[in-house]
Amino acid sequence: MFIINCPYCGERDQTEFSSGGEAHIVRPKQPTELSDDEWAEFLFMRKNIKGIQFERWNHSHGCRKWFNVVRDTSNDKIHAVYKMGEKPPVNK
Amino acid sequence: MSQELRINNNKFIDQTTRLSFKFNGEKLYGYKGDTLASALLANNIHLVGRSFKYHRPRGIMTCGSEEPNAIVQIGNDPSLTDPNVRATEIELYEGLEAFSQNCWPNVKFDIGGINNLLSPLLPAGFYYKTFMWPASFWEKYEFFIRHSAGLGKSPTKPDPDIYDHKYYHCDVLVVGGGISGIMAAKLSAENNNETLLLDDKNILGGATIYQNNDCFQIDGTHTNYWLEKEIKNIKNIKNLTIKTRTSLAAYHGYNYLLAKENLTDHLSLDERKGKIRQRLWKIRAKKVIIATGSIERPLIFNNNDRPGIMLSSAIKKFIDFYGVKAGKEITLFTNNDSAYETAISLKKSGVNIVSIIDIRDKSSSKIVKEVEKHNIKIYWKHTIVNTEGYRRISFIEIMKLSDDGSGVIGKKIKLKTDCLGISGGWTPMVHLFTQSGGKLKFRSDDNVFLPDKNKTPSDQISIGSCNGDFDIKDIILNSNKDVKTFLGIENSSFDNLKVESSKEEMKRNIWLLPSDKPIGKTKPFLDFQNDSTAKDVKLALREGFKSIEHVKRYTTTGMGTDQGKLSNMHALGIIAETTGTNMGELGTTTFRPPYTPLTFGAIVGRNVGEFFDHTRKTAMHNWHVQNKAKFENVGQWKRAWYYPKDGETMFEAVQRESKAARESVGILDASTLGKIDIQGTDASEFLNRVYTNAWSKLAIGKCRYGLMLNEDGMVYDDGVTTRLGENHYIMTTTTGGAANVLTKLEDYLQTEWPELDVYLTTVTDHFSTISICGPNSKKILSKVIPDLDLSDEKFPHMSFKNSIINGIKCRVMRISFTGEHSYEINIQSNYAKHVWELCMDAGKNYNITPYGTETMHLLRAEKGFIITGQDTDGTMTPSDLQMDWIIGKKKFDFIGKRSLYRSDTIRDDRKQLVGLLTDDPKEILEEGAQIVEKLNQKPVEMLGHVTSSYFSPNLNKSIALAVMKSGKKLKGKKFFVPMENKNINVTVTDTVFFDKENKRLNA
Repeated sequence: MFIINCPYCGERDQTEFSSGGEAHIVRPKQPTELSDDEWAEFLFMRKNIKGIQFERWNHSHGCRKWFNVVRDTSNDKIHAVYKMGEKPPVNK
Repeated sequence: MSQELRINNNKFIDQTTRLSFKFNGEKLYGYKGDTLASALLANNIHLVGRSFKYHRPRGIMTCGSEEPNAIVQIGNDPSLTDPNVRATEIELYEGLEAFSQNCWPNVKFDIGGINNLLSPLLPAGFYYKTFMWPASFWEKYEFFIRHSAGLGKSPTKPDPDIYDHKYYHCDVLVVGGGISGIMAAKLSAENNNETLLLDDKNILGGATIYQNNDCFQIDGTHTNYWLEKEIKNIKNIKNLTIKTRTSLAAYHGYNYLLAKENLTDHLSLDERKGKIRQRLWKIRAKKVIIATGSIERPLIFNNNDRPGIMLSSAIKKFIDFYGVKAGKEITLFTNNDSAYETAISLKKSGVNIVSIIDIRDKSSSKIVKEVEKHNIKIYWKHTIVNTEGYRRISFIEIMKLSDDGSGVIGKKIKLKTDCLGISGGWTPMVHLFTQSGGKLKFRSDDNVFLPDKNKTPSDQISIGSCNGDFDIKDIILNSNKDVKTFLGIENSSFDNLKVESSKEEMKRNIWLLPSDKPIGKTKPFLDFQNDSTAKDVKLALREGFKSIEHVKRYTTTGMGTDQGKLSNMHALGIIAETTGTNMGELGTTTFRPPYTPLTFGAIVGRNVGEFFDHTRKTAMHNWHVQNKAKFENVGQWKRAWYYPKDGETMFEAVQRESKAARESVGILDASTLGKIDIQGTDASEFLNRVYTNAWSKLAIGKCRYGLMLNEDGMVYDDGVTTRLGENHYIMTTTTGGAANVLTKLEDYLQTEWPELDVYLTTVTDHFSTISICGPNSKKILSKVIPDLDLSDEKFPHMSFKNSIINGIKCRVMRISFTGEHSYEINIQSNYAKHVWELCMDAGKNYNITPYGTETMHLLRAEKGFIITGQDTDGTMTPSDLQMDWIIGKKKFDFIGKRSLYRSDTIRDDRKQLVGLLTDDPKEILEEGAQIVEKLNQKPVEMLGHVTSSYFSPNLNKSIALAVMKSGKKLKGKKFFVPMENKNINVTVTDTVFFDKENKRLNA
């Protein structure tokens, strides 16, 4: 049970948040121009890394804001937290 | 009562308070301060239970939470009885009743004991190997296995006790109140840290508090006196909170820990009344100091499990702490110096020591010399090859060990004894450290796994014997040094202590001690609770198991309620030795929480009964209750299901309600539908993107049905959205989907389309919805809101009006989920019950009939309207639902659009929504029933299943919706719905059964 530093509210218990999976998967601007394979890549394919992962979190029982977290999935250490639309503060 | 085994003048036992208790029905006495185990021993009772598999007699073996044998059932009240309680931990109270477990008819004569004679037939994996064939016999086998196995009985009635949860934040948490924990707590608290000290016992001080021995001194006094003084002092430090009877259960990441505080388990039943039984502490600590100590290892030799065979350290605690002699003629068997401390304690209290058997060649440490002064016979380089005594040990047989320790030589010596203390060295309690994610390292000198300081995830240290320091000198020196570094402290009152101890010089370890008999003829127990022997482990290895995790599961070693606290190290040692592996490389099995079992009560705390989950009730809830509604759970909502009248069945009530709604007027509480207020200059564009159909051209004051997909093209939710103003909409969602829809919409707004000017607000609870439907609905409305023009021209279907009822603002929508002419009044919730009652009053002359969700479902099924989540299951596209009309093909994009023409979604043999009619109109299909074409096919091909099914009173026949492969092409075709005892003939039809021309909407 880790602690997440919500960029809007500060440090809160993990139970206040919900995870939204891998971050930085941009919805294609013109989906109609994509092949089935390209669309499937966007729709289904996720990395699920053991190690440093960039992921989306939602402060669902707090401010309801979405933001990004850089987390080591092997030990839950959080390396960075940043708002939607911001560049990752550590190398991706 | 016989008290010849008691020592008087013991400071931890209050001999002025006598407590009576019962064990297996026999009335006995003990004293305040006793545990059940010490009280039993004082009454000369060792035999307390039977082993799990062979039903061998077993006795008290330890004095703590690692106890494998002495687990008892406390009490026999069907709601309060507590199974699997360790007799070594439960404090004695007046009136305590305890029973042996796992024996029938009683502990002294147990029929299952025959398994012991059959034991050559019951090796590791016996159950797996024997009961596999024939598979159909399993139920018969299982009956006997379950009957003869099992540990204790669960209570059969609800638990009346109160349990509590508490959140706690502190700078430093110290786990364990032994000498190192006391030192750490003092240093921490004195240096301005809010400190919490936990200990699972009722008295602080660990094993040092009763260590009264000349060999161990601090600043010139015995260690116990020194520690007593320290404990007295720390109780006055204001930054320090001390909780005894509180055991740490789990250590999670980010220093989040769970601990269970026992508040009443040591009190008599009368004293417990009205009090909280246990409290679960949820602790966040900035820093954690683990000082959980170590437990003594047994020795593994032939017949090492008889009652009367105990850990040497337990014998010491029973004599020094509880003032109880575990026997009159005690023998000690050891591979290290600890047993000599026990010998001195026993001598001091006048207990006769038969002899000490030591597998080492010699030891000349201070403590051994001290023992030698007492003229106790020590058999150096000897081992026990066998023991005798069925219900209590009576004799041991010893022989000389060969130089390499693999065999025995010389003459067998037989010694008479009534209690045997065994000491195989010490195992640091690293459970909490590994639970937190820490990695262990192996120290081969004394075969211990220790916390690796370099592989520790959170802010924590381990000190004392759980960190591998067993000598009091090392414990004090290193605890002081490590805590100072950890907390950044410069000077400590422990810096210049003068400590005297006895240094252990000689070590010798043999995991499995040899016997004069071949191993096949011996019983060297490893896991006492699960009855697995060293032979079983060796057998598992011969059968090809390599991983320690697999060996554990195959032999069940370490899988009892004690989680192998005693047995695991020996199992590892024997595996390493047999396979020629290094123990450090072999690693350990995973240590999982909880460290000691938790009650379900402590886990759930106050969240029981109606507090288990939130219950949401509508503003009209009390009206429904008064009118005898039956309720249905929809998500967290309580929804009126149907309103039975005069003893009606559910079927009868629903038939009556459904007829009334179509013949005159029905009224439904639709308040639970999700309502989302959408505002902003881009609101229309937003709706365009989230719904499949077009929204830009919807006029103000109009309503539209929308279908929402997931990005994978599957139907997710549906509902009617109304345009209240240029930039203002109100969306309705399904009852169960409301929260998820809002979350999904917020997700898109915040992450994909942050450029859109749109604000979403949930208003589900703020507005209540009264739905009035049927040919007379207009008459009701005109009575309730006389000044509202209800003509079809002014107020057509799919439009809305702002209005006022009795001075209360409301929104009236003319929309329909039943196919009837109908209205939905949305009103601020505080006034909703009042308006509902106005409507009921206005409808008196028209037989206005309240109907529940079941009738609503029936009426919409007559019209072929889907319910997302009932007729859809996350695999249905709009086209599968025959709703192609709702796809805005000209729209550039919407959520899920691209997925609608993936190779899989355009297949025409997908499951598609159809209507089904039974050939016999009275036959009602079961929802979920399968549909097949041929009956004699093997395997039979499942073409689909029934999703909704009702008897329609308005059509006087049974109707159903179903999903079927290529359903769109099947209209008119005949199929079977096979049931347990009949096959039902059905015909595929259109999905709309009633009023196909929608004439009634404007009737």
